[in-house]
Amino acid sequence: MATDGLHENETLASLKSEAESLKGKLEEERAKLHDVELHQVAERVEALGQFVMKTRRTLKGHGNKVLCMDWCKDKRRIVSSSQDGKVIVWDSFTTNKEHAVTMPCTWVMACAYAPSGCAIACGGLDNKCSVYPLTFDKNENMAAKKKSVAMHTNYLSACSFTNSDMQILTASGDGTCALWDVESGQLLQSFHGHGADVLCLDLAPSETGNTFVSGGCDKKAMVWDMRSGQCVQAFETHESDINSVRYYPSGDAFASGSDDATCRLYDLRADREVAIYSKESIIFGASSVDFSLSGRLLFAGYNDYTINVWDVLKGSRVSILFGHENRVSTLRVSPDGTAFCSGSWDHTLRTKNYLFVSLQVWA
Amino acid sequence: MSSGASVSALQRLVEQLKLEAGVERIKVRPAPASGLGVSQAAAELQQYCMQNACKDALLVGVPAGSNPFREHRSCALL
Repeated sequence: MATDGLHENETLASLKSEAESLKGKLEEERAKLHDVELHQVAERVEALGQFVMKTRRTLKGHGNKVLCMDWCKDKRRIVSSSQDGKVIVWDSFTTNKEHAVTMPCTWVMACAYAPSGCAIACGGLDNKCSVYPLTFDKNENMAAKKKSVAMHTNYLSACSFTNSDMQILTASGDGTCALWDVESGQLLQSFHGHGADVLCLDLAPSETGNTFVSGGCDKKAMVWDMRSGQCVQAFETHESDINSVRYYPSGDAFASGSDDATCRLYDLRADREVAIYSKESIIFGASSVDFSLSGRLLFAGYNDYTINVWDVLKGSRVSILFGHENRVSTLRVSPDGTAFCSGSWDHTLRTKNYLFVSLQVWA
Repeated sequence: MSSGASVSALQRLVEQLKLEAGVERIKVRPAPASGLGVSQAAAELQQYCMQNACKDALLVGVPAGSNPFREHRSCALL
C-alpha cells in the first residue's frame, strides 16, 4: 500500500523526466537543421500582383449553417452538409441541386465525395460515417441505400475516401482516426495519439505514399503511416485547436489553420514549422485552409467572416475576400484549381421563416 | 484521476517520443536526404511553386472563355 504509492510516484517522476529529456533531444535535432525561414529563402521571388477574385456562384438551399463541403473529381459537383442534418449534392456550374438527403442526426460535420463520383460519405453527431450511393433513378430513395461504415465513440469531425471508393478514413471527437473498409464496415487500422478531439485530416497526394495528417484540440498536427498505424511525425507549435490541415500539392509540406488566429506551414523533410501566416489585426480563428494548384496561394476562411489569401512563400497576405455574413466554416479549391468554394454559417437571405445559407464559388 | 492512469499515459508518451526521435534517422518515405535543412526544403517548395505557376488558374488567371465559372453570356442581335 504505502510502498505501492512510493513506487508509482517514482515511476511517474522518472517517466516525466524521460519524456522531458526526449522532447529536449528532439528540439535539439530540429534546431540543428534550422538555418533560415521560408520567407527569407523566397526574398528574390517576384511579389504577386493584385487579385481579382469574385463570387461567381452562390449555392443557396441549406436552411442552416453549412459545416462541410467537398468537390467531386469532375470539378463541378459539390457535396455539402449542414447543422440541420441536410446533405446536398450540387452542380456548381448551374447551381442546381442534384441530390438531397436528410440525416437522422443534426450537425453533419463531415462529408466527402467518392473518387468515382458515384457516392458520398457523411456523418457528425451520430458518431458514424455513412456512405450513400448516388443514383439518378427518380424512383430510388437515396436514404434507403445508406450504408453505415464507421463507428466512433464520439462525433465524426472529418472523413475522406482514400484513392478508391473502397476505403474511408475518419477523424473523431473520441481522439482517434480510423481506416475502414466500405463494403464490410470493418475497421482496418486505428490511429491513437491525439490527446483530445481530432478535428481534421487530409490524405497525402497519392504520389507521396500512404500517409495522412490530422489536427486536433490538443494543438498537435500528427502525420501517420496508414499501414502501421504509427504516428511518424508530430508538430506542436499552435497555441490552440487546429481546425484544418491540408497538404501542400507536392506532398512535402502541409498547412494548418487554428483557433489561435494563425495558419502555419510545416515542412515534412525539415521536420519543422517553416512559415506562419498571421497579422495583428487577425484575431479570430482560422477554420479552413486550402492551397491553390501550384501551392503559391493559401486560402483561409476565418471566424470573422473573411477569407484571407496568403502568399505561401513570402508569408504576406495578398488579398482579403468579403462575401459571407457569418463565419466561414469550410473551404476547398476545386480539383483542377480553377475555383474554390467556401461555406458559411451565414444567412444570406431572410424571407419570413426562410433562412438561406450560402456556399460561394470564387474564381 | 488515479495515478495509475497517468503512469500508463506517460508510458505511451515516452514510447511515442522514442519513436519520433528515431524517425530523424529513418524516414518513412524514401526521401533524397534524411533531415533537410530549412533552406534546402524551402528552396524545393519554392521550386514546385515556380514550376506549376503557369497551370494555377487562381494565381495567373486563365482566359475567361476557358474558365467555366467565368462564362461570358453572349447576346445575339436579332
